[in-house]
Amino acid sequence: MTIETTAAQPAAAPATAETVTMTYSEAIRDAMRIAMAKDPAVFIMGEDVGTYGGAFGVTGELINEIGPDRIRDTTISELGIMGAGVGAAMTGMRPIVEIQFSDFTAQAMDQIANQAAKIHFMLGGAVSVPMVIRAPGGSGTGAAAQHSQSLEAWFVHIPGLKVVMPATADDAKGLLLSAIDDPNPVMVIEHKLLYKTSGEVRTGDIRTPLGVAAVPREGKDLTIIATGVEVSRALEAAEILAADGIEATVVDPRTLKPLDSDTILRTVKATGRVLLVQEAVRTLGFMSEVSAIISESDAFGYLRAPIKRLAGLDIPIPYAPKLERASVPQVEDIVAAATDLVRKW
Amino acid sequence: MNTQIVADRELAAASLATMWKIRRFEEAVEDLYGRGLMHGTMHLSIGQEAVPTGACLALNKDDYITSTHRGHGHCIAKGADMERMMAELLAKETGYCRGRGGSMHIADTETGNLGANGIVAGGIPIATGAALSAKMRGTKQVAVSFHGDGAMGEGAWHEGVVLAAMWQLPVVFLCENNLYGMSMSSEKAFNLDQLSDRAKGYGIPGVTVDGNDVQAVYDATKEAVDRARAGGGPTFIEAKTYRWRGHSKSDKNLYRTRDEIDEWRGKDPIPHFEALALAAGGLTQADIDAVRDNVRTELRSAVQRANAAPDATADDLLSAVYAR
Ligand SMILES: Cc1ncc(C[n+]2csc(CCOP(=O)(O)OP(=O)(O)O)c2C)c(N)n1
Ligand SMILES: [Mg+2]
Repeated sequence: MTIETTAAQPAAAPATAETVTMTYSEAIRDAMRIAMAKDPAVFIMGEDVGTYGGAFGVTGELINEIGPDRIRDTTISELGIMGAGVGAAMTGMRPIVEIQFSDFTAQAMDQIANQAAKIHFMLGGAVSVPMVIRAPGGSGTGAAAQHSQSLEAWFVHIPGLKVVMPATADDAKGLLLSAIDDPNPVMVIEHKLLYKTSGEVRTGDIRTPLGVAAVPREGKDLTIIATGVEVSRALEAAEILAADGIEATVVDPRTLKPLDSDTILRTVKATGRVLLVQEAVRTLGFMSEVSAIISESDAFGYLRAPIKRLAGLDIPIPYAPKLERASVPQVEDIVAAATDLVRKW
Repeated sequence: MNTQIVADRELAAASLATMWKIRRFEEAVEDLYGRGLMHGTMHLSIGQEAVPTGACLALNKDDYITSTHRGHGHCIAKGADMERMMAELLAKETGYCRGRGGSMHIADTETGNLGANGIVAGGIPIATGAALSAKMRGTKQVAVSFHGDGAMGEGAWHEGVVLAAMWQLPVVFLCENNLYGMSMSSEKAFNLDQLSDRAKGYGIPGVTVDGNDVQAVYDATKEAVDRARAGGGPTFIEAKTYRWRGHSKSDKNLYRTRDEIDEWRGKDPIPHFEALALAAGGLTQADIDAVRDNVRTELRSAVQRANAAPDATADDLLSAVYAR
């Protein structure tokens, strides 16, 4: 079996060097606005995406610019919305389906897992499903067990889906535009805690290619691989570690499927120590796969320490703020685990 | 002909107290939340108090309910303890869920409340299952599934009702049509004059009542519950009401007008009930004042005691996942 490569990326428009500061959710909105201006087949469908502006305000006032035909409010019918997305995508449209909380993909799962993901293969390549599903995941808002899950592993486990987890505002825009271009169903898992965070975002019709990891920080002592909200926590931890003389490389895979294994293995070889950080529950999480990929590769021979995973507890997310915090890796947990890894080995 | 609630001193006082408890509890929640003393999210049912009050009056203590994200009213009307509810919202160990569930997951099995639900329509098939269980166990219990108008867009609603109709289960599907599911107007969402028109398609009786009138909700529920207990199968009830507050704290009320909100505030179920009770002679002004004062005192002490309770602890999170 070969590791997936990132060969067939549509050419991005020439990247302007210009950036502006915007929030993660503004960046997503910017991407959707750009895609809709360019291609009349692109439209948004979901609960309260219109006048309300989206449960997390991501579509905002797009309805006033673009109108209710392409910013389409739906009834509370996730399975129906998802199926309508699949059908529209099979017949020439490029729907962006918003699911208010990624937990509610459970309602829509038949259309995601049995339909969208399989249709292209099952039908012998006769049709494809160029659909984007946007859904916020993650904990930290006190919304408790049915509104706080990190379910990326569900989707990575379904061949036919691509899975993206932007950790910065610029990636939220660039990855979404790549997802919209892609001829396959792409699940974009956003993070609720990131919506209001700001960053420098490239202006215009830019791309972040699917299947290319980011390495926002390089250091010689260990490699921290983190996804979603844990990327910013890992970077914060890396600052603290640096003050203590430990230099960490931080890798953000950005795309979970297809995965940029090359960057992961290269950075692991360079440091010989690896800490894997995910918010999702530990058992059979995405980082279990990353751990297996490292173990099965020649990078294994470079390891000076056992691979270490930091993950959410194997529990539903509790409501109480202290309990919720204790359920998923925080900055101090990353600092402690990294220090342990470097000092012991 | 059912009991006239407003003319019966005891029932009138109890119903009024239930409505005030719901109102005051939620005002307190709103206040604590606003002052940053409560976290998470919350969905208030202020303005809708007559629905759970009238419906639960028609139920026995061991009858079941399933509830929703907007569930404080159902919980209180079925008989829950406000202190333990408040403790839950304040993330205390003494809360109904030991601080693990919060507002959207309070259950009180002792009063037959199988739980609020963070998933729209999540409780509907569960009510069907509770009714199936009651029927199989031969207990004569009935289940009432409170749900919103928006829930009628979910597949789970359809499937739960289909099974209940096929097996003629003792369950009442009680839709609180507060005119919106978040920002989606139920009038726009469903091509129906009345949501109860849908019942016919499922082969079950359906009725629409004034959800701001305790008696109307009680009468409809009583009839449905009596039929269910006698083996006559499920009923759908639409109770028309209105949510005064936003859907949750993120709501800017862009999808409705101030006039509409004001119009419905004018139909406040509490003074409406008080006026009827005065006119019918069930309650005197002194009774009405006493009910209100007692609830205020009760709630104040519930908040105080809940506040003083120990915080939820993270000690045994891992061992709390599976039943033993
Ligand atoms: C399956 C699912 N989809 C969406 C949501 C988000 N959501 C929570 S409440 C709500 C509106 C529900 O409307 P309705 O059933 O009318 O109840 P109301 O809020 O009016 O009491 C929505 C969309 C959810 N919690 N679960
Ligand atoms: Mg509603």
